[in-house]
Amino acid sequence: MLEIKNLKAQIEDKTILNGVNLKVNKGEVHAIMGPNGSGKSTLSSVIAGNEDYDVSSGSITYEGDDLLEMAPEERSHRGVFLSFQYPVEIPGLSVSNFIKTAINEKRKAFGQENISAKELLQLFKEKCELLNIDKEYLSRSLNEGFSGGEKKRNEIFQMAMMEPKLSILDETDSGLDIDALKIVANGVNSLKSSSNSIILITHYQRLLNYIVPDFVHILKDGKIVMSGDKSLAQKLEKEGYSFLN
Amino acid sequence: MKIEPKISEDILLDEVTSKEYEYGFTTNIESEKIEKGLNEDVIKFISKKKNEPDWMLDFRLEAFKVWQEMEEPDWANVNYPKPDYQDIVYYCAPKQKKKLNSLDDLDPEMKKTFDRLGISIDEQKRLANVAVDVVMDSVSVATSFKEKLAELGIIFCPISEAIQKYPELVKKYIGTVIPTRDNFFSALNSAVFSDGSFCYIPRGTECPMELSTYFRINEAGTGQFERTLVIAEEGSYVSYLEGCTAPMRDENQLHAAVVELVALDSAEIKYSTVQNWYPGDKNGKGGVFNFVTKRGICHDNAKISWTQVETGSAVTWKYPSCVLKGKNSIGEFFSVAVTNNFQQADTGTKMVHLGENSKSTIIAKGICAGKSNGSYRGLVKIAKGAKNSRNFSQCDSLLMGDKCGSHTFPYIEVDNKSSQVEHEATTSKIGEDQIFYCNQRGIGTEEAVALIVNGYCKEVLNKLPMEFAVEAKKLLEISLEGSVG
Repeated sequence: MLEIKNLKAQIEDKTILNGVNLKVNKGEVHAIMGPNGSGKSTLSSVIAGNEDYDVSSGSITYEGDDLLEMAPEERSHRGVFLSFQYPVEIPGLSVSNFIKTAINEKRKAFGQENISAKELLQLFKEKCELLNIDKEYLSRSLNEGFSGGEKKRNEIFQMAMMEPKLSILDETDSGLDIDALKIVANGVNSLKSSSNSIILITHYQRLLNYIVPDFVHILKDGKIVMSGDKSLAQKLEKEGYSFLN
Repeated sequence: MKIEPKISEDILLDEVTSKEYEYGFTTNIESEKIEKGLNEDVIKFISKKKNEPDWMLDFRLEAFKVWQEMEEPDWANVNYPKPDYQDIVYYCAPKQKKKLNSLDDLDPEMKKTFDRLGISIDEQKRLANVAVDVVMDSVSVATSFKEKLAELGIIFCPISEAIQKYPELVKKYIGTVIPTRDNFFSALNSAVFSDGSFCYIPRGTECPMELSTYFRINEAGTGQFERTLVIAEEGSYVSYLEGCTAPMRDENQLHAAVVELVALDSAEIKYSTVQNWYPGDKNGKGGVFNFVTKRGICHDNAKISWTQVETGSAVTWKYPSCVLKGKNSIGEFFSVAVTNNFQQADTGTKMVHLGENSKSTIIAKGICAGKSNGSYRGLVKIAKGAKNSRNFSQCDSLLMGDKCGSHTFPYIEVDNKSSQVEHEATTSKIGEDQIFYCNQRGIGTEEAVALIVNGYCKEVLNKLPMEFAVEAKKLLEISLEGSVG
């Protein structure tokens, strides 16, 4: 599904990713861990197409096509979803209108009709139940006045509504209390299938107790320095990043 | 040197003949066109042409006298070459617009804009002056509505017609809210106004429809000096809508309208405007100068609500205001003003509290893009006798790009201790992070800007009548097209 080869990226003149290699197949869950400043969020931004970052070399192939050639919205239409670490606020734009627009833009890209009101309401109802969200929240302004936890839950709600093929969850666990973490993790688990993939970016092993990864990678100084299974995360939790030295 | 009698006779003859030539002017009148420039004769001519009673002519002449003593104001935060007022033609018989046979004959650009605004086919035909079949003819639609209004005693007609048919009403109220000498442009308008609308709602009557939704441009050709007078008798209600989302091109560069609203005890007037005059091209060439004076007076328990979406004009100078004369009266102002490219707008409101317990609310949203300049200028004045009055003002500006400017000039005068005034102001930019967030959800940049802008204007757009709100949203999108990314 996704293949990253020798990816180097920089912001302004600062090199952040320094040769990342990663292959994610259909149905797999990958966790990327690493100390602050190791390049985790940069990696997610580059995959999503944030133009603040310049890719100086390397490639990203998605479903056999050059992902770096696609505009951010096209990547989204093709099923790439980023759950933002810091979701932005858009005052006056309701959650429901935002999601409806997102769904319809994707449909438009594939020459499909807009989603019917009935279908949309049904989806809203279903996914609100999945993530234990009060329906009133749909008419609130996007992320405005949301608590940290509400913002993260809103991201996963959007993910549930949009049914992406490749989801990157950038520190979705931060800002969530334990109950909210369980709800979000349950939501993500129920969205998991053999045809979609998930990349979890996290500092802590805590999340991985609930969403169990197939692979764990450690990113340090812009490179993946170690890969393993879930036991690697447990080792990290116990020993800290110092064991890498 | 002594002038020979012969020669002086020649001069005399000359004078006489040129006088005759001046009278010959009347012949020109018949050809529906007068020379450029403004003088008493021109005003007499306009008045005569409209078959006006003497009092109306006197009103105009008085205004002209006042205007001549006034100077064009230059305190607004706008720059433009001052028009030469003697280089303007002050009377033109309503021009017969070229009739089109079908919408296919319409300028494709225009057609595209109509479609994008979601204007219905019938409406498009009307706006584009396409000959329509009898059944769908807007005139007959309009007539049936007029009949319905007449049953309720509501008068809604061109002001020129009102001067003929209801002189006592016009005479009683015209110039009472905006005195002729109020400002340079209102004086000019009072002297030369071409036409406009007159609306009268009898006591206790609630006008059952949005006035003007079905008449949108039936008053077309009212020209550059429009005059509107709305009178709501005790306990009545009316929602009035002017303007048009469709782009309006006009050869007249200067527009100076006057709108007066009278809300008698416990009456309510809701006045909504969507203004989309030609703003000039991308390089700032051409475009309409829109210098409007709008004011309403609220008697006891009355309410006036101004809602405006301003996207057009090269230069806008406009402050719809409320004089809260009565006890418990309420004034509201909701505004979205968009400037793009080289447009300049200095707009806002005045809330003058005279009555006890009067309340006013101001929500002004400015959006500046390109190299444009937008200013909010607002006065809140609470007089000594206006005890326990309240005002809340919120002025927000949204900037797009780094070449535009936004300014806020609030003036607050409070002359008693029991009143309360609040003022909030914010300035924000459309963030790249907001756009990227939308992009990541599959929403392209243009669409993202539209969502963000509509969200920002929501409080104001919600005040517009439903079908107009939909068009206004699209209008905002079109006005800001290409201003980000």
